[in-house]
Amino acid sequence: MQNIQSKSRRDFLKSASAASGGLILGFSWLGTQAFGAKVIDPSAVAHEFNAYLSISPDGKITIYSPNPEIGQGIKTAFPLIVAEELDVDFDQVTVLQANLSDKYDRQLTGGSGAIRHSWDRLREAGATARELMKEAAAQKWNTSSANLTTAKGMVISPDGKKLSYGDLVETAKGLNTPTNVKLKDPKDFKLIGGWHKGVDNPKVLKGERLFGIDLKKEGMFNAQIQRPPAFGLKLKSFDASEALKMPGIVEVVSFDNKVAIVGNSTWEIMQARKKVKIDWEKDKDLESSEDHDRIFKTYLDKPDNGEVRRKDGDIEKAFAEAAKVVTADYQCPFLPHSPMEPMNFFAHVKENGTIELAGPTQTPGRAVASISKLLDVPADKISVELTKMGGGFGRRLDDGYAVEAAHLSSIIKKPVKVTWTKEDDISGGYYRPAVRYRFRAALDKDGNITGFHLKGVGLNAGNCTRQDNFPAGAIDNLLVESVNYESPITTGPWRAPITNFLAYAEQAFLDEVAEAAKKDPVQLRLELFERAKNNPVGEISYDIDRFVETIKLAAEKASWGKKKNISQGFSAYFSHNSYVAQVAEVKKVKGQPVLSKVIAATDCGIVINQSGAQNQIYGAITDGLGHAMFGKLSFKNGEPEQKNYDSYRIIRMNEIPEIEAHFVNNGKSPTGLGEPAIPPTGGAIANAFAAATGKRLYSQPFNLEDDQVESYL
Amino acid sequence: MAMTSLKINGKVYETDVDPQTPLLWYLREHADLVGTKYGCGIAQCGACTVHMNGNPIRSCIMPISSVANAEITTIEGLSENGDHPVQQAWDELDVPQCGYCQAGQMMTAAALLKENKKPSEEEIETAMSPHICRCGTYHRIKKAVKLAGEKM
Ligand code: FES
Ligand code: FES
Repeated sequence: MQNIQSKSRRDFLKSASAASGGLILGFSWLGTQAFGAKVIDPSAVAHEFNAYLSISPDGKITIYSPNPEIGQGIKTAFPLIVAEELDVDFDQVTVLQANLSDKYDRQLTGGSGAIRHSWDRLREAGATARELMKEAAAQKWNTSSANLTTAKGMVISPDGKKLSYGDLVETAKGLNTPTNVKLKDPKDFKLIGGWHKGVDNPKVLKGERLFGIDLKKEGMFNAQIQRPPAFGLKLKSFDASEALKMPGIVEVVSFDNKVAIVGNSTWEIMQARKKVKIDWEKDKDLESSEDHDRIFKTYLDKPDNGEVRRKDGDIEKAFAEAAKVVTADYQCPFLPHSPMEPMNFFAHVKENGTIELAGPTQTPGRAVASISKLLDVPADKISVELTKMGGGFGRRLDDGYAVEAAHLSSIIKKPVKVTWTKEDDISGGYYRPAVRYRFRAALDKDGNITGFHLKGVGLNAGNCTRQDNFPAGAIDNLLVESVNYESPITTGPWRAPITNFLAYAEQAFLDEVAEAAKKDPVQLRLELFERAKNNPVGEISYDIDRFVETIKLAAEKASWGKKKNISQGFSAYFSHNSYVAQVAEVKKVKGQPVLSKVIAATDCGIVINQSGAQNQIYGAITDGLGHAMFGKLSFKNGEPEQKNYDSYRIIRMNEIPEIEAHFVNNGKSPTGLGEPAIPPTGGAIANAFAAATGKRLYSQPFNLEDDQVESYL
Repeated sequence: MAMTSLKINGKVYETDVDPQTPLLWYLREHADLVGTKYGCGIAQCGACTVHMNGNPIRSCIMPISSVANAEITTIEGLSENGDHPVQQAWDELDVPQCGYCQAGQMMTAAALLKENKKPSEEEIETAMSPHICRCGTYHRIKKAVKLAGEKM
């Protein structure tokens, strides 16, 4: 095989693969050095096809999407950006999910960061290919590429001649890769900002094999794992003699305080699992929800025990001189993520020293690192096939279920797929932490906030505040404290970590402050922003103008304060670099408050895909609303009291309000959208409820806080 | 071993697996039809919905012995080319987010529309509310049911 060398010093190269006969344009999505001006063996390229945007002589264009798809639409949005700059129609493109490869950077789904991170890289990748096509056409027509234009996968000459990209592949092979290519002017975007359907729709709608749970590999066994039923228990002993007599059961093994039942079919395993006798013993505290309430109270009441996250001015003085002090506690429970598809993972630890992994994961790289360490197998001997995921919400940022599968495979020396039942999943930990906040606000006689004190106590929440977020910067005297209590109950990031409950508490509290200050809640916020703008106090994490613009758009679209017979609640939050403001509306129906509508305004910069963006707003608001209303995981002696959808309530179709999604159109570089619409939702609906009934909702889930809430939906 | 005879998407399957095996697991692991999904296993979420003689049932709690000889239709058999009006409407309105719940949702919608092409908002909610979509695609599902009705 000949070596093909990229002359480019950038992380972009092209190479011709004799095998495929096509032009393969590779781009590293980070600019890892892996591809910088490196000689590449085309046969290897053909092998590791996944890092590339490829164009074949028959005009087939393939774009690989490296980031895990959990329903956030990345598999449609990423390729759209490449296709936009490449200047092709989206239906000319085939999109494929790339597996884990060190050719890509940040191959994870979390923090709503993918689009923001990759925006420039994806555009450059597409634009470089486009310019190369123009160069190739210029050579064929013996003209300068500056005279040429492109459209729909064609290069066009001034006199109307056309050549398709496929026709130009052969010529392009011999050319140097252009550098410093010009990106499109956003006003010329043809795809970005349009309405595009999910690229996986045809397969999803036909029920094709797509998800991790659907995987079936050669010689594969199934397994389920019995983990400690309560947090704080560990395995003492087990007796599998009866289970082993059951049909289809191959092995029962224990590792890591767990007992794995390995067999042929899931149903047989489920039956045998009931027959395994397991003794557990106490290892740590077996906490109940009452213990948590006591912990919250103790730590909130005890002064000076929090970690000071931010301190501006003199808070003591501000409260001593206050004309009025407002104070309130807000509490949120543990929540499981409970994606529709429960955890599952396939692993095959092979005799030849390699490991094959496949399954749904938001962080394939982390799984590989952990498994490499546990089994002492070099990371480059471990492959991961990324499957589509039936939701994630942060649950699949955990690598535990992948590690567990690999661990099991290494013990039984067989390829195995471990599938969790919904009960396993809901009682499996990695929860949103439970948190209680105490807010205090000092007001002067004119209703200005002169002091603000937030103290949060979280159970395995780490820092349960976001100290530099609004209203920090707008208040002279501010104290933010966080206490982390270590509990045996395991926690992890849950869609919009921390802010998904912090924002509710804070936005509900601000509403209470507005009431005490006799100010309109929107006006109160705008005054604070004005203050922060003219004379900011310390560091702030948000952009005041963008925040204000978003708030104004929501207020305008909702005709804030101008509607008759409708009570409105306002909330606005900045997270994941995006701004979302929401107005929730309540109507009285037969004297009962009913949540009729949520109007959302979002600034996430340029919207890549209208359909995907609207889906994320609808979905996040439904998620935020549903969990604020009903989500509760309580504990008795370390054991979760809710284990499946019969007791763990998820919002349903008959309970959703109308939702309006509006976007600020400011042409700024795009930011995250998978999470930012969740944080404001709880506050907006709590405030609307308060406006309608006079009652404030201090604790989630709201349906347990006030029985009127049941009629609210 | 007792044999069970099943008719799935027009095809006959003779099987000796435990007659107590829920249809869901038979479909997924024995008939290799994985479009029908496991979501809860206790008839709470609807992800496993298939048709039995045209009516939506929860396959996760239905032993194969009790559906023997009935006409079972799964998402794979809803249409030959994935172009049932419900599938078309779901695509047109870009309903799926993660997509995991949608096979079940579509099976219920198809059964509803066969009886009633113009369901009211309330009728749609009554039919569809037994289904959980953790991604929150309910707004578009509602619209898609209406649109599919118009296409039928
Ligand atoms: S899996 Fe059957 S209803 Fe949930
Ligand atoms: S689309 Fe994800 S659960 Fe419905």
